[in-house]
Amino acid sequence: MAATTETVEQVRAVTEQKYKYGFTTDIESDVAPKGLNEDTVRFISAKKEEPEWLLEWRLKAFRAWQQMEEPHHWAKLSYPPIDYQDAHYYAAPKMKARPKSLDEVDPELLKTYEKLGIPLREQEILAGVEGSEGRSPAVAVDAVFDSVSVATTFKAKLEEMGIIFCAISEAVHKCPELVQKYLGSVVPYTDNFYATLNSAVFTDGSFVYIPKGVRCPMELSTYFRINQANTGQFERTLIIADEGSYVSYLEGCTAPKRDENQLHAAVVELVALDDAQIKYSTVQNWYPGNEEGVGGIYNFVTKRGACRGKNSKISWTQVETGSAITWKYPSCILQGDNSVGEFYSVAITNNLQQADTGTKMIHIGKNTRSTIVSKGISAGRAQQTYRGLVKILPKAEGARNHTQCDSLLIGDQCGAHTVPYIESRNRTARIEHEATTAKISEDQLFYCRQRGLSEEDAVSLIVNGFCKEVLKELPMEFAVEAQKLVGISLEGSVG
Amino acid sequence: MIEIKNLHATVDGKEILKGINLTIRPGEVHAIMGPNGSGKSTLSYVLAGREGYEITKGSVEYFGQDLLAMEPEERAGAGVFLAFQYPVEIPGVANTTFLKSALNAIRKQRGEQELDAMQFLKLVREKTKALNMTDEMLKRAVNVGFSGGEKKRNETLQMAVLQPKFAILDETDSGLDIDALKIVAEGVNALRSPERAMLVITHYQRLLDYIVPDYVHVLAHGKIQRSGGKELALELEKNGYAEFGVNEAA
Ligand SMILES: Nc1ncnc2c1ncn2[C@@H]1O[C@H](COP(=O)(O)OP(=O)(O)OP(=O)(O)O)[C@@H](O)[C@H]1O
Ligand SMILES: [Mg+2]
Repeated sequence: MAATTETVEQVRAVTEQKYKYGFTTDIESDVAPKGLNEDTVRFISAKKEEPEWLLEWRLKAFRAWQQMEEPHHWAKLSYPPIDYQDAHYYAAPKMKARPKSLDEVDPELLKTYEKLGIPLREQEILAGVEGSEGRSPAVAVDAVFDSVSVATTFKAKLEEMGIIFCAISEAVHKCPELVQKYLGSVVPYTDNFYATLNSAVFTDGSFVYIPKGVRCPMELSTYFRINQANTGQFERTLIIADEGSYVSYLEGCTAPKRDENQLHAAVVELVALDDAQIKYSTVQNWYPGNEEGVGGIYNFVTKRGACRGKNSKISWTQVETGSAITWKYPSCILQGDNSVGEFYSVAITNNLQQADTGTKMIHIGKNTRSTIVSKGISAGRAQQTYRGLVKILPKAEGARNHTQCDSLLIGDQCGAHTVPYIESRNRTARIEHEATTAKISEDQLFYCRQRGLSEEDAVSLIVNGFCKEVLKELPMEFAVEAQKLVGISLEGSVG
Repeated sequence: MIEIKNLHATVDGKEILKGINLTIRPGEVHAIMGPNGSGKSTLSYVLAGREGYEITKGSVEYFGQDLLAMEPEERAGAGVFLAFQYPVEIPGVANTTFLKSALNAIRKQRGEQELDAMQFLKLVREKTKALNMTDEMLKRAVNVGFSGGEKKRNETLQMAVLQPKFAILDETDSGLDIDALKIVAEGVNALRSPERAMLVITHYQRLLDYIVPDYVHVLAHGKIQRSGGKELALELEKNGYAEFGVNEAA
């Protein structure tokens, strides 16, 4: 029927323009030669003027990595082998020295962030005008462009409270004892293929330290942007919440549209001491490739939090809509007695995207509790797997876990798989697992359309309803963005 | 306003509508009665544009347009509203969110300004109160866990907010208690106007005491077998559908 063809055409038009962050920035940059060997590692370390211990640590990681094999066999993903010698491991916009304030940042870069909807300058100005009394400024942003952190906003205000929020390369000089003590303490450099690679070549990322008893008054946020062609991005984030402190941190990501695949292998380490709480939210919207699966980011990330102290809490919330391939399991190690781990996830895969994601909750301390809520949405020919491990160690008296895994399928060419692993070595532990799979029903779609919603808006509304439990965990400022993103990433999935 | 001519429709190769003729003018209320399975809901779905029905013959003209060529959402934008016999549940989507999206989608189609949250809340509160519904029901997910009667009331609320030009009510009275029936009927009557028309599908003449129709039609075997005034409903109540070759006990 003519009407149907027309709809298909329209849908196609929308889909093709959907990745609006696919522009590149024309800027001179400092790039390491292609390839990966000990010299590359030394080059990066030298660029960052790093102390000897860090270079040594990187080299140990590099040597370990050379002995490792890429984990192709167990994740339910398929992709051509990555040529690790065919990428640049360091790219930085040319700057004389690290900018001290936004005035020193290249205007081209500021413009880039504006296009991404993160006006760094405006944020500071607005906050300055509005004053900090009435409405506290919403977000402090650390912007990472290719390999380098280009600007951190609201630094002064945070420093007054003793909070350290800066690029990790800066922290290495500013508070070396903290970095040395905690770097690799949650994700050791031998952890896994990608984390080990990251340990060898990580370029930048954010560092956060919240002192004892301090409640961080604003959301801290990092915005990652891959611009340079053929670069991998290897950031390293380290967040330490000292006793009784609280911090909410948000990470957002974009990359230009390119035909070749780009590698993103980040490591995030969180440490919560006694009575501390860390809330870590991610909205991941890396370029997913086009409808035929050409291009897109390979997102292989290791995220882990350690609840070291008693009554501590770490909460991961993620909305994953981008990347060609996602391999990611934010995890919690519940060491402290009564500590709490949470994982709230929405993963959307469309077209030929693949995602293998989930979490690990390792219960070590007494009365530790964990909650897992995973919502997977698959459309087009996408494949998605939830893989979760709940492990209760012998001393974890009274540990509890509740897992809920819901999958929603759109169309009949996609797939959703749930793979829970449960290991309990304490008889007093209680573990519950619920899983459901549903399809968007014709009835629901027709009901919405009868009320005037287009098919795409109807899908977006229904999917947002499906993810609500997770989206409500996001900080207010980002919940709205995330809702829109859910709609955008499913454009073209029906009709 | 709407002119249905010799409409034939099949589902899965089975012919359900076998030549419906019906003309409705602005301001009129038509009631359709008929035995179970006679095709009443099918007719309402075909008019609203649900997929899965094949129109084998006939036409439907709506304000001079070919209604059958329009997408369901375009029909909604043009003022067609269907109160479902079985309202659909949408988990996780608050009733208000749903209504606001629907209203703004329709306003957008009509080239009208979308309402902001405040304007919308004011409107919806007013309508909710008129239907004796609680604010609590607005916050709940669309139809999820609603009782049968609450679902029907919710359909009426949607109608009141969306202000359609042509409303089809498919057994909106089923499942309502006596008080609710009166309230819903009042809601429907409040919408009656010289510009609007309604097609009310019901099994009970009782509803027609509250929503007094201009015409009553009997649909059986996929065709309108007889048309008349309000008194036809009374007659049906007394004699059943036997005269149309239907065994009522079946
Ligand atoms: N998908 C389908 N496949 C086969 N038959 C169908 C399908 N949908 C509807 N029918 C049949 O079409 C006929 C008309 O159904 P319809 O729902 O329109 O009846 P109705 O007049 O609304 O009945 P009621 O008074 O019980 O609501 C019924 O016999 C029904 O079984
Ligand atoms: Mg019916």
